[in-house]
Amino acid sequence: MIQGNVHKFPDNVDTDVIIPARYLNTANHAELAQHCMEDIDPDFVRKKQPGDIIVAGWNFGCGSSREHAPIAIKESGIACIIAKTYARIFYRNAINIGLPIFECEAASDGIADGDVIQVDFHTGVITNLSKQETYQAQPLPDFIQKIVDQGGLLQSLQKK
Amino acid sequence: MGMTMTQKILAAHAGLPSVEAGQLIMAKLDMVLGNDITSPVAINEFERAGFCSVFDQNKISLVMDHFVPNKDIKAAQQAKQSRDFANQHGIVHFYDVGNMGVEHALLPEKGLVAAGDCVIGADSHTCTYGALGAFSTGVGSTDMAAGMATGTCWFKVPSAIRFYLTGQLSPYVSGKDVILHIIGKIGVDGALYKSMEFDGPGLAALSMDDRLCMANMAIEAGAKNGIFRVDDLTRAYMEGRVHHPYTVYEPDPDAEYEQTIHVDLSQIRPTVAFPHLPENTKTIDEAEALKIKIDQIVVGSCTNGRLSDMATAAEILKGRKVAKNVRAIIIPATPWIYKECIRLGYIDIFMDAGCVVSTPTCGPCLGGYMGILAEGERCVATTNRNFVGRMGHPKSEVYLASPAVAAASAVTGFLSGPQQLERRK
Repeated sequence: MIQGNVHKFPDNVDTDVIIPARYLNTANHAELAQHCMEDIDPDFVRKKQPGDIIVAGWNFGCGSSREHAPIAIKESGIACIIAKTYARIFYRNAINIGLPIFECEAASDGIADGDVIQVDFHTGVITNLSKQETYQAQPLPDFIQKIVDQGGLLQSLQKK
Repeated sequence: MGMTMTQKILAAHAGLPSVEAGQLIMAKLDMVLGNDITSPVAINEFERAGFCSVFDQNKISLVMDHFVPNKDIKAAQQAKQSRDFANQHGIVHFYDVGNMGVEHALLPEKGLVAAGDCVIGADSHTCTYGALGAFSTGVGSTDMAAGMATGTCWFKVPSAIRFYLTGQLSPYVSGKDVILHIIGKIGVDGALYKSMEFDGPGLAALSMDDRLCMANMAIEAGAKNGIFRVDDLTRAYMEGRVHHPYTVYEPDPDAEYEQTIHVDLSQIRPTVAFPHLPENTKTIDEAEALKIKIDQIVVGSCTNGRLSDMATAAEILKGRKVAKNVRAIIIPATPWIYKECIRLGYIDIFMDAGCVVSTPTCGPCLGGYMGILAEGERCVATTNRNFVGRMGHPKSEVYLASPAVAAASAVTGFLSGPQQLERRK
């Protein structure tokens, strides 16, 4: 169970605004995090606190395959992402690096910027403490849950 | 239940008699690709996980194309890390300054990907190779690292949308216009998690370059992959180029599709995607009426940097001049294309018109270098994405179009189609 403040984003947030390509001349996680969300919300880096949660609409993470995008978000201290849907490469990348993500249309519609929410990773239950609402996210498929439980794809391969 | 082309390829690579949509499988890989941006992240993960060797030195391609020739010191470090890794592990298909090209133009040209192959690449436009009848999809760097180590990748078997093409293309209408038209119709997540399978008698109207361009932009509709039925043209393209055994898979007659979308190629007009999503499409007629003044054009990229794209641009620019205050940047995607442009006189045409011709690089497409836009500037580009800040300043604008439209716009200084030039005569 985690609890955090919400940063709300719209539909079709692409990886170019999550981490602009002008910063892809490094794979350093901390450097990438310094520019997280820069082209969609220049204040994000200043505002975010460890444990905060990103909530977005349809097709989050569309565009480039750059793993730098979920890395920048994870390194920023974001505890999880909730969106209506994800672009498929972003979805894989987040799972593969151990960044928890959930799909939930009702939560995306119900949660506003600045709300405080709780997320139960095991049940997928999302509680909006600011509005006294709960939403049920799709639980992760078992196959993917195992990758997450082992801390990411390469860790799961090593344990085989 | 019958299988789609994609499902047949995945079943074969998972060692299963059949698969169905939604099934999770482990598939063997015929090629694992990375570039100078994504490979360093993969190499870091590969080494951190303690892997000592790659699964097959001949089935990994590392292409230094995004920020190469190195744009700055950090980019140089990243290319060096990739180069050192390639040398250390004896990677056969390592392409660097001198023989590198834009990866998704280079791999098909070199015959490294073929029909029936199962390919992953740490670059979203890896879906390009579906033009050859391969299953080919973009992944992240961790998947690339796992692929380099094990030669396998997990997939959720996708369902498919079938695009049934009929008719002939009109003059100055290309594969770029067809795929922009389709994305405009179904949206940037219209094929999310799914395959886009292209079939029908209209395929005969599409050159290999048209098909490569269309499969390339399947990701812009959210698709897992785009794939074309293999025909005589595909076989002719692979002949003499591909040196590994390959298999042609055709969809079962009773293959299940979520939807069939009919596309009459003869009805498609030159099409432009307006900022800031590839789905914001307008026909050239609608676009011209808006009289949009431009600052730059780019002809190049993994979408439209191929020889036929250069030929189209040259045909339009021959004997004409680039408008005042417009920068026209032409980027042949591979060394072979570059040499052909010299041999065929295209470079003379481009330079006489006032264009600059660059060495192969992804460069401006992703806002790396070689054509970055200032605040408020507008570019007509044959590239694949027009997101906020994609080619430079967050307040710049990219209009996605075909080489014909980009070249014509260079001449007029406004977003315009080639037929406007003919009217000006």
